[in-house]
Amino acid sequence: MTSRHVDVLVVGAGPAGLAAASLLATTGARVEVLEREQSPGGVPRHCAHRGFGNRPHAWTGPAYARLLTEAAVHAGAGLRTGVTALDWAGPRALTTVGPQGVQTLAARAVVLATGARERPRAARLVPGTRPAGVYTTGELQQAVHLYGQHIGTRAVIVGAEQVSHAAADTVRAAGARVVALVTELPRPPAAPARTLDARLRHRTPVLTGTTVTELLGRGRLSGVRVRHRDGRTATLPCDTVVFTGDFVPEHELARRGGLVLDPGTRGPAVDGALRTSRPGVFAVGSVLHAVESAATAAREGAHAATAVRDWLTDGTGGDPTDPEWPGGVPLVAEPPLLRIAPNRVTPADRLPYLLRTALPLPRPVLYVTQDGRPLHRERCRRATAVPHRPLTLTARWTHLVDPDGGPVHVTVT
Amino acid sequence: MTVTASGALPAGPYDVAVVGAGVVGCAIARRLAHHPELRVALVEAQDDVGQGTSKANTAILHTGFDAVPGSLEARLVREGARELAAYAAESDIPVERVGALLVAWDTEQLVALPRLAGKAVRNEYHDTRLLGPADLYAREPHLGPGALGALHVPGESIICPWTTTLAYAVQAVRGGVDLHLNAPVTHAGRTDGVHRLGTPRGTLHARRLVNAAGLHADTLDRSLGHDDFTVTPRRGQLIVHDKFARALVNHILLPVPTALGKGVLVAPTVHGNVLLGPTAEDLDDKRATGSTAEGLHRLREQGRRILPALLEEEVTAVYAGLRAATEHDDYRIAAHPAQGYVTVGGIRSTGLTASLAIAEHVTGLLAGTGLDLGPSRPLEPVRMPRLGEASPRPHQRPELVAADPEYGVLVCHCERVSRGEIRDALAGPVPPRSLDGLRRRTRARAGRCQGFYCGAAVRALFEEAQR
Repeated sequence: MTSRHVDVLVVGAGPAGLAAASLLATTGARVEVLEREQSPGGVPRHCAHRGFGNRPHAWTGPAYARLLTEAAVHAGAGLRTGVTALDWAGPRALTTVGPQGVQTLAARAVVLATGARERPRAARLVPGTRPAGVYTTGELQQAVHLYGQHIGTRAVIVGAEQVSHAAADTVRAAGARVVALVTELPRPPAAPARTLDARLRHRTPVLTGTTVTELLGRGRLSGVRVRHRDGRTATLPCDTVVFTGDFVPEHELARRGGLVLDPGTRGPAVDGALRTSRPGVFAVGSVLHAVESAATAAREGAHAATAVRDWLTDGTGGDPTDPEWPGGVPLVAEPPLLRIAPNRVTPADRLPYLLRTALPLPRPVLYVTQDGRPLHRERCRRATAVPHRPLTLTARWTHLVDPDGGPVHVTVT
Repeated sequence: MTVTASGALPAGPYDVAVVGAGVVGCAIARRLAHHPELRVALVEAQDDVGQGTSKANTAILHTGFDAVPGSLEARLVREGARELAAYAAESDIPVERVGALLVAWDTEQLVALPRLAGKAVRNEYHDTRLLGPADLYAREPHLGPGALGALHVPGESIICPWTTTLAYAVQAVRGGVDLHLNAPVTHAGRTDGVHRLGTPRGTLHARRLVNAAGLHADTLDRSLGHDDFTVTPRRGQLIVHDKFARALVNHILLPVPTALGKGVLVAPTVHGNVLLGPTAEDLDDKRATGSTAEGLHRLREQGRRILPALLEEEVTAVYAGLRAATEHDDYRIAAHPAQGYVTVGGIRSTGLTASLAIAEHVTGLLAGTGLDLGPSRPLEPVRMPRLGEASPRPHQRPELVAADPEYGVLVCHCERVSRGEIRDALAGPVPPRSLDGLRRRTRARAGRCQGFYCGAAVRALFEEAQR
């Protein structure tokens, strides 16, 4: 087993990892990005639609993936595809495997950018048979856009968020018909224009208050059973079903490493500098909050680059119990808020916070308190906060946090 | 080597036809392959071996400690367990001897434990030991509160049921057995001492017939004029939990059978997951292999009591299988010499453990029908892909990756399956005919993402091999 050293090891060549690698390589650090897929770019690789990058609707996913990759390589980052980070070999060292076999890579800083994935059918405990024709959006998009595979003729999409509409577009691009989008929510969670477009232009029903209760068919899917919240049931004949959304962080490495996870996001807990619980280990992108946009992920990658650089300059880089590694205090989002990221806070933090709500909230106001002491009050820019869409909180109040105090709570009215 | 899945079946009569390529049928075919002068056909309704009851069991290599003493099942399980453990070791079939704990949750179950220990002795198993709560919780710290004690059965093991069945099939085919897939036997008759098995692929002729048709064994038995047993499919739903749950449990946690019925088990798998199940639902539909909301809910309620932290982990897969339960307490294995026919019916979940001993027993019965087995030879040993977590996987073996870098290129990330392993499976002597078949041979797509990352890539490799 061979062993090498670099300054920064980035795990995952999606938008977050590539953005971090670009900036760090520009400053002269020896950066290596590991990507287990055969080509870099992460999820945008297989998103054919436009809307990637900072300029609105600027690039398609694959174009955006190429752009970020070229920037990282041009900046001097080493990019190795087809290499999997298997496990930790030390506080900031990883065991990897690729065509060259098993290697150990040690670094002064590790950036986890391992992304997120959709929960598949089984994890959602949808009963029934186990026929072919059951997809997640990730698999569907790769099948259609990367491999040109046949996916069936009639598809039911489970979910009605932004990603569900992207899945519907992929189904249509493959020449198949979208039977319906089905959501348990009482109102469609996607932007109203998106839902209208599906209903009017594509004549695709968006069924709200509806649960998929069973998959039918042997060999190939023949239909899905659905139940409306008023008790009515029906069978939607289809040969394809796509389970969309319900993202979970791909946190295997974080968990294997014993990093502290946030109970709300189930990704590694991080402070505003995107530092995890282990000195020298950072986390960026969708593994922190499954999921936000690719642009958000890239912004976080860039943001973390500053903290990584500081760590490389000031940090001991060797002592895992380094007192210079600020822990911060926990930042907790109270129901009906589902999660907040970052989810630890230090007085120096400047990165805005991303939240999600479980319920629609008209004219929401966010309150930040610590030990009963009010720190901040903020009216949200959005008129109504809705599930499956981000809600933001500025970091203008973090200097008021007592680093020796109790957890900071965020509530909403 | 002959494996067919389409086209007309060969016309000439076989010496023996084995109907049903489950773990039992494959074991019998493999046993018969020791006799090179026999022409043997293994006939299967579906497109792969082990597609019926064999693929959806609890994956346990039993000691037979709780069998009905003196029964045929008790003897065959006892003998079969020893033989399969040895066979698995030489064939690289994953087995882990984790031991079982029968956990008592109330006094009725607690008083049943010494009785079970006594039964184990009558089944010639002498290693059981009663554990108090302190010992029990020391062994299983994540066990739910309220357990009163346990019976420890150190010999109980976990095994890979798919690799076992496939190993038998590979050895049988390499040994000269013709495997005919997609050939459901729709009618059977016998004229001039020759069985005529009607299938959609034509009629297969054989001088001797072995009925290892599992769920359908009673139907085939009746078409030959017997009315010895009725198969009532008993559905078992099982939940496979994420690999992160593996650290929560060290043994197979078995329920204590009482008058009120049998509970569910929690068991690690050789692939590094944790099983919860099975349900036991008597049905009349032999195709009802779907899971139900009610069944899954009940399992999770029972699982919550046994291992509360298990419920916090993600579910990786859910499946349901049908056991070939009959109205009898024992296997229904019978020879009908005048007909040149042997029934191998009523083989329950212990069939995996007993398979090699059943094969030996059935071969003896076949000889008793006047079949001349001819000379015997040892079979070429088989080395199966190492799918278990207890031994190094191919990507972890430097010598293997150095010799062939394809073993270092992981395609399925959750299960760490390399392109080399997928290539090998697709080129194997009994190749997969579906993505599910490829999954059972390699674990590709069997992990927590269920294909989110690798599904399309695995399918591309599979479809390329079909061209």
